[in-house]
Amino acid sequence: MDHLLSLMTFIPLLGMFVVLALPRDNAKLIKITALAFTIPSFLLGVWLYQNFDRSLVTMQFVERFQWIPSFNIQYIMGVDGLSVTMLLLTALLCPICVLAAWEIDKGVKGFFALFLLLETGMMGVFAALDFFLFFIFWEVMLLPMYFLIGVWGGPRREYAAIKFFLYTLVGSVLMLVAMLALYFTNDPHTFDLMVLMDKAPTYTRAFQSWAWIALFIGFAIKIPAFPFHTWLPDAHVEAPTAISVILAGVLLKMGTYGILRICFPIFPLATQDYAFWALAALGTWNIVYGALCAMAQEDMKKLVAYSSISHMGYVMLGMATLTPQGINGAVLQMFNHGTVTAMLFLIVGVIYDRAHHRRIDGFGGLASVMPVYTGIMTIAFFAALGLPGLSAFISEVLVLLGAWQYNQAITVIAASAVVLTAAYMLWMLQRVWLGPVNEKYADLPDVDMREKIMLVPLAIIVMILGVYPHAVLDLMNPTLVALNGIVRDATPAVAALQ
Amino acid sequence: MDLSNVESLRYHWPELVLGAGSIAILMLEVTTRLRARLGEVALLITALALFAVGYTAGADQGYLFNKMIVLDGFALFFKIVLGLAAIGAIWMSTGSRELEGEHPGEYYSILLASTLGMFYMASSTNLLMAYLALEFVSLTSYILAGFLRQKPRGSEASLKYLIYGGVSSGAMVYGLSLVYGLTGTLDFVETGHALGTLMQTPGNGAIIFIALVLSLVGFGYKIAMVPFHQWSPDVYEGAPLPITAFLAVGSKAAGLALLIRFFYPGLSHAGGDGSWVPIPGVDWPSLMVVAAMVTMTVGNLTALRQDNVKRLLAYSSIAHAGYLLMGFVALTDNGLRAMLFYTVVYYLMNLGAFAVLMTVMNGSKGREDMAAFRGLAWRGGALPAAAMLIFCFSLAGLPPFAGFVGKMYLFAAVIEKEMWMLALVAAANSVVGLYYYARIVKAMYLENPIDGDPVIAMDASNAVLVGMMVLGTIVFGLYWTPVVSFADRSLVFFGS
Repeated sequence: MDHLLSLMTFIPLLGMFVVLALPRDNAKLIKITALAFTIPSFLLGVWLYQNFDRSLVTMQFVERFQWIPSFNIQYIMGVDGLSVTMLLLTALLCPICVLAAWEIDKGVKGFFALFLLLETGMMGVFAALDFFLFFIFWEVMLLPMYFLIGVWGGPRREYAAIKFFLYTLVGSVLMLVAMLALYFTNDPHTFDLMVLMDKAPTYTRAFQSWAWIALFIGFAIKIPAFPFHTWLPDAHVEAPTAISVILAGVLLKMGTYGILRICFPIFPLATQDYAFWALAALGTWNIVYGALCAMAQEDMKKLVAYSSISHMGYVMLGMATLTPQGINGAVLQMFNHGTVTAMLFLIVGVIYDRAHHRRIDGFGGLASVMPVYTGIMTIAFFAALGLPGLSAFISEVLVLLGAWQYNQAITVIAASAVVLTAAYMLWMLQRVWLGPVNEKYADLPDVDMREKIMLVPLAIIVMILGVYPHAVLDLMNPTLVALNGIVRDATPAVAALQ
Repeated sequence: MDLSNVESLRYHWPELVLGAGSIAILMLEVTTRLRARLGEVALLITALALFAVGYTAGADQGYLFNKMIVLDGFALFFKIVLGLAAIGAIWMSTGSRELEGEHPGEYYSILLASTLGMFYMASSTNLLMAYLALEFVSLTSYILAGFLRQKPRGSEASLKYLIYGGVSSGAMVYGLSLVYGLTGTLDFVETGHALGTLMQTPGNGAIIFIALVLSLVGFGYKIAMVPFHQWSPDVYEGAPLPITAFLAVGSKAAGLALLIRFFYPGLSHAGGDGSWVPIPGVDWPSLMVVAAMVTMTVGNLTALRQDNVKRLLAYSSIAHAGYLLMGFVALTDNGLRAMLFYTVVYYLMNLGAFAVLMTVMNGSKGREDMAAFRGLAWRGGALPAAAMLIFCFSLAGLPPFAGFVGKMYLFAAVIEKEMWMLALVAAANSVVGLYYYARIVKAMYLENPIDGDPVIAMDASNAVLVGMMVLGTIVFGLYWTPVVSFADRSLVFFGS
């Protein structure tokens, strides 16, 4: 398996060309082909999960060759405990999303071709270890996303698509400037992230500060952290279900992944300086603000979108604490939020497919109409509100454990917000699933086979990780503890000597 | 080497071919029945001239015609780009519906003559020669811009071009005469040395600065640098589309070549290790930093509001002149290399965008507004729409297209010199740029066609042209080493 990561990344791209070559009117064939090209990446992901050496903190499955020697741009792929977790999440969600998009009937060929391109971009971001390559994959995702929202989205899709595009591009150009500055700071000039990390002690504090901020803005837009979050509710509401799943499940994680992959090890001093305000305080604000906004929503999808903002706040808080518990909790929360929110969006999608609206006050008593659906929904909802025994509980507790050692006031605020989360989740559950049956929807069919296939595996993962988090924690723990050590132990004295 | 007039001729094949071809086409129109095929003849002549450029590439470097023009890597590079620009413009002309029934002989003859002038712009190393070449290109461009005599916009374009051109070349020739008066020489490099010596006498700074700024008016006008850009939107809109493309790509490249040669081997000297040191006392780099920032900002902000795609591309090409100047102000070989690279990339994506626009205009009775692109992808124009999408995103500087790589090199050049302000302004401009390029994409893909919108199909000849541009835009976005090493090898200024 010399080229495992490249295969995982580029098989979907191959799928894109195959889909483009298929006849336009055979929708079924296109869908099956798209599914068939997401499965190999998933299976390779399973193999990767089995064969990933959990004791190492170094990069594994590294591939490297010269791409543009005159600019010292290399093609480097590799995974450590941090990226392997995200890579697996992506590989898991993509086939599910293809299933979720099964009912699409407009421009089928374009949709699935773009979706496969998007998958390549996502895999590439998590596997790339050359900053330039990372940037290319990061940007390559923009284009399919713009169209997937803009062409297949809801009524305000054009606005949502361009807003998403412009917000992300603001972040990208700042990232480009910081990336080039980093490139020229080192001699010999390089984009190799591993070399950039090794040279971290040589960067001056001033340089670290501004480069950190430039990169952070780029990543914060993606998370999205307040005040850069306004694109998210728009994008989510307009995007088709499958794209919402990808957006919440994978794309948001890229923000926090970028901070952990680039800001943390390359600019440890700046990370120490800014961890409190930019990550802990802002993260806590995200938690509370997102929850309060979610409470006020009348559209189920918008509620879930704001809940994402809230839940991503825990990730920011966790990594800000610079404790092993906090940082492990943060990355575990990234994984758990990926699965739980994916379920939430799929659940909203199921009902939207049947009723063609998503108003929370437009339903009632669905529990007796669709029992199986309600059962699956309950798992997702209770996971989202942090019920012990389900996955998100573990990660939130780890984050709060780390936060307690870091700043108790913030911990109290963040922990209290769990009440808000429970409130909006249960309130939505009550209004939509409980109470008297809305006669209009008394005969909605329950989930069918396709919907079970996409929801049940996620539900199982959520339950397993609730009692046995080590299945994922073991993957990432050594890497994250080492990363945490690098940042926590970085001292300005070394930089001053340079 | 420094050759006399007669000796120079054998290194002068490209220009001879173009000059002879230009006259031959006029003759052919009158004497033969080739009238309908003159475009192909012009194409052949330009291709021949390009081969001749390749032939001179093997020759030594040196001065020709008693130091009037120079044969070096830099000139060769631009001659190739200009030749390709001419080929693109002629290729488009053969399929253009607006040019049907116009006088093809005169048209192609003047187009070739204009290319000849641009070749001289790329290689002149003498103030007088530079001025003559620039004026020659201007005069031919005035005629070409107003070639559609039936179209009121065309005459307006031509007249505006003439007036702006006249004023700026007047300012320029005054500036050049001051330079000559101060230094007593017309040779670029010698004037540079002489001005450097003069600067050591206090009190000379002001007059030299005025002379340089006045000269800059002429160069700025050619590359559409703010504030000398006002002609370009009107001229771009009024001129026949192939000419618009030719002006946007060729004229700009030629202006750039002259600008670089005047300021780099002329007004600065190589400082070793890839950097350039400007002559002391005259702070033209700072002036150009401001010009670059203003140019890209004005171009982008004005482009936001355009509803006519031709005008939009005109303003976008002003913005791109601003981006190109990022490489100019870095005062390094890396900056120059970035400019050369971007010139190639800009040629590919801009000419491609104009070619797609022509397909749309041909198919919709000459309409060139945003509405003509409405739902293009859904009414038969899947291929032109996909191509336009690639050109737009490449112009916006998104990977994996060549436009991104070009922009990355320009950013790298200014970041290497730690010019943060310029880098941030350019970064902000990239975002603004995306908005209006995405408007075209939005119109093509996100909007649905309305009843009565014509079916757009690309004819084979245009499809080949667009296809080549698409190929270049994608391939050089993924693997650009050949272009960069070519640009690198071309950074040879003879005589400096």
